[in-house]
Amino acid sequence: MIYREAGDFSASYKEDSQTFPIRFDRIAFYAFVVVAFLVVPFFINDYWANAVLLPFLIYAIAALGLNILTGYTGLVSLGSGGFMAVGAFASYKLMTSFPDVNFAVHILLAGFITAGVGVLFGLPSLRIKGFYLAVATLAAQFFLVWLFNKVGWFFNYSPTGIINAPPRTSFGFEVTGPAASVSVKYVFCLSFVVVLALIARNLTRGSVGRKWMAIRDMDIAAEIIGVNPLTAKLSAFAVSSFFIGISGALFFSVYLGAVEVADTFSIQKSFLLLFMVIIGGLGSIFGSFAGAAFLVLFPVLMKNVLTGWWGWPTDLATHVEVMSVGLLIVVFLIMEPHGMARLWQIAKEKLRLWPFPH
Amino acid sequence: MNALTPQAYTTADGREIGDILMEIKNITLRFGGVVAIEDISFDIQQGEIRAIIGPNGAGKSSMLNVISGFYVPQDGKVWFRGAKRPAMRPYKVAQQGIARTFQNIALFEGMSVLDNVMTGRLTHMKTGIWSQALWQGRAKTEEFENREKVERIIDFLEIQSIRKTPVARLPYGLKKRVELARALAAEPKLLLLDEPMAGMNVEEKEDMSRFILDVNDEFGTTICLIEHDMGVVMDLSDRVVVMDYGRKIGDGTPDEVRNNQAVIDAYLGVSHD
Amino acid sequence: MPEQLLFAMEVILNGLMAGVLYSLVALGFVLIFKASGIFNYAQGVMALFAALTLVGIMEGQVPFSHLINAVFGTNIHEFGWQVPAVLAIILTIAVMVLLAIAVERFVLKHLVNQPEIILFMATIGLAFILEGFGDLMWGSEIKILDVGLPQGVSDIVETTTFGWFGYGFFIDKLDMVAAVIAVLLVILLTIFFKYTKQGRALRAVADDHQAALSVGISLRFIWVLVWSIAGIVALVAGMMWGAKSGVQFSLSLIALKALPVLILGGFTSIPGAIIGGLIIGVGEKLFEFSIGPLIGGATENWFAYVLALLFLVFRPQGLFGEKIIERV
Repeated sequence: MIYREAGDFSASYKEDSQTFPIRFDRIAFYAFVVVAFLVVPFFINDYWANAVLLPFLIYAIAALGLNILTGYTGLVSLGSGGFMAVGAFASYKLMTSFPDVNFAVHILLAGFITAGVGVLFGLPSLRIKGFYLAVATLAAQFFLVWLFNKVGWFFNYSPTGIINAPPRTSFGFEVTGPAASVSVKYVFCLSFVVVLALIARNLTRGSVGRKWMAIRDMDIAAEIIGVNPLTAKLSAFAVSSFFIGISGALFFSVYLGAVEVADTFSIQKSFLLLFMVIIGGLGSIFGSFAGAAFLVLFPVLMKNVLTGWWGWPTDLATHVEVMSVGLLIVVFLIMEPHGMARLWQIAKEKLRLWPFPH
Repeated sequence: MNALTPQAYTTADGREIGDILMEIKNITLRFGGVVAIEDISFDIQQGEIRAIIGPNGAGKSSMLNVISGFYVPQDGKVWFRGAKRPAMRPYKVAQQGIARTFQNIALFEGMSVLDNVMTGRLTHMKTGIWSQALWQGRAKTEEFENREKVERIIDFLEIQSIRKTPVARLPYGLKKRVELARALAAEPKLLLLDEPMAGMNVEEKEDMSRFILDVNDEFGTTICLIEHDMGVVMDLSDRVVVMDYGRKIGDGTPDEVRNNQAVIDAYLGVSHD
Repeated sequence: MPEQLLFAMEVILNGLMAGVLYSLVALGFVLIFKASGIFNYAQGVMALFAALTLVGIMEGQVPFSHLINAVFGTNIHEFGWQVPAVLAIILTIAVMVLLAIAVERFVLKHLVNQPEIILFMATIGLAFILEGFGDLMWGSEIKILDVGLPQGVSDIVETTTFGWFGYGFFIDKLDMVAAVIAVLLVILLTIFFKYTKQGRALRAVADDHQAALSVGISLRFIWVLVWSIAGIVALVAGMMWGAKSGVQFSLSLIALKALPVLILGGFTSIPGAIIGGLIIGVGEKLFEFSIGPLIGGATENWFAYVLALLFLVFRPQGLFGEKIIERV
């Protein structure tokens, strides 16, 4: 970093509520977005897209969604895998039923459908909290996966139960199907990420976000100062599921192309998303990205080092990876419950005073 | 006991005390077999500082919880601004214009001071989730309008310097002040203070007393506070209700209450036989 | 009696037997929750880990053999001996106690006074560590666990019931043994809690941490103790399950069903855990038997959770829990 913060000099409320209060940060962010949109697509190759960039972008959306629910509103969900499945199957049904509609519309609709399902399974949150709720969300996970596995209508009665994404276009570009180019897929996902991240940021800095955080920090006090717990919790479930549904839809249609629900959207996916949020940082937009990036890159790295360089068998590498992820979770919860986002913040604060910390 | 038909009047220091704002009628509250409040009635007039005092376990906090809608009494009714209040959820009570602080500070520990005080404005912020998601038009102007109101209160309570500090890092006395700020931000018609001086040293108590008087004076806010420290309360309040063992044993101006035999007995401890 | 009814009765009996296994896992949860307020998500994986260790020791597997082979290029797998079941069980108990000490030392100690939801998530992390560690230590292939428990359908039950109703009930002998062991375990635990010094200390801690500390009970010792007991309970559950369907990862997922069991029975009640387990066991078997064929089957995957969810909405305190009065 080539600058240090000196203090708080905002002269207007508008200035004070900016996402990047420091001009350098703002410019760096815009430059980053420009590069991501205009430069990366021309250099991207299949390996980087499929192993890193696409999963990162898609998981980042889901992590944002789960962070709104768990990090901002304090409701732990173990049903994210199930909600991703809702998004995937909703987009599948829409794609196959209305092939001529812009594919982006399908993705959005899949998000709204998931939001509805999320609200339904969020209803118990009005009576229960903490790990009681976590158990209730397990019901969503197992029931939804079973539903998409057993009821033929959802997978158009295909004999294997596997759903395949047919080629579909958005604004004239082919986004899904075997012929779609990775550059198009990447830009398509990136657009969703940018818009959704802005929405998440806007929601969490305004009164909606404050209601969520009030519920998280002390639900009884929140209700007494005038927060309607019903709308606050259900809106968190709706927004969160909307994000996760879009993520699931993209995961199926753009990234994988074919999905077997019990494999792809199992409870392991729910845990993966939860871990992204914990490691990245509960209650932080940046943290959602950091967590998604970390847990996408970490297995790739492990695989490259353990099996690639050292020549270990794959199953062994997997065990080490599972164990390390668990270890990281425990270490982060002990050392820094606010995750990588908080580490970053601490580093900045230290730097502000450096080299005279006292 | 007096004050059967309260009249509008002007206090010695020149404040106008108006009509009845809230009337508590024959409230009885039980938890299982335990009677916390038994048949209590009193009223709160517009613009006054009304105190409820009593020894520990007298039922003061339960009374406050009834007023703020957190407990629903088995018997009796609360009348607010001339209308009988139906049983309603606490957030509805807050939306009617009743704000409160808590005995064991109930701030939102994960948020900054500013955000905590902003939560006080939530009952006034009406833009929908769509507008906020896009952060255009209404959502933005509303945020800044309310921010301005909140900043005035932050100035008033002299907590400007800790605006951006996470609440969890503040010392006890400041937390109490932030909580007061949050309640004030709601621009309540009735402000409930639950032991605002509990756990404070003399200096902090004086500060807090000054703030309470200033709030009442400057904003004309009606205040109902409970406290077990008699000394502070007597100087502060216009009228006092005294509770003991869930019953009302005195009601009147501080002077009247001070000379009330039942009150003296309760505080000095006369055996109850 | 009509055939259909007898068939349903058999389903109920089998459900009861499956329920016993859920109860066993749930029991481990309750113990830890009572003593430390921690909702130990890793209990199911602990059962898997215990079973893996038991098989590994009995078969004379070299721990971490895959890892050693990968790192040093060796090719070792087994010591070449067989350890008798009783000795192996004792050794496994020792491993579970070591695990309890490690958990206290490296995790719990550092998370005192954290919100319970953080502790809950930490145990999810713990579950992953244990899962990876167990697989690393003993390999992840499905193993057969045979500690000499009776297997197969009980002839006696079949012939007796045939004599009574003209219809022979199929009941697994192993299930019956599991039921007996579960009953013994509950009796043992009750005696332990009621009549030993440690048991009393445990109950004191469960009632009030602060008060227990003030009379000189070491919280850390209690935690190690209770995690050890939970480890032993996990071993029993892992043994039963392993003998029934092989030691494999899915065991930890089946053990997840202990969570809805707890919601039904309440988090702090040992009888609640038992009855909750039985209700879930019978409920899911009956549901699958009666409704399952109409909606595509395999309803056992979710029945327990959905039942728990309905419970949470209509009776959040469980069957035996008390209603909580909230205060400010």
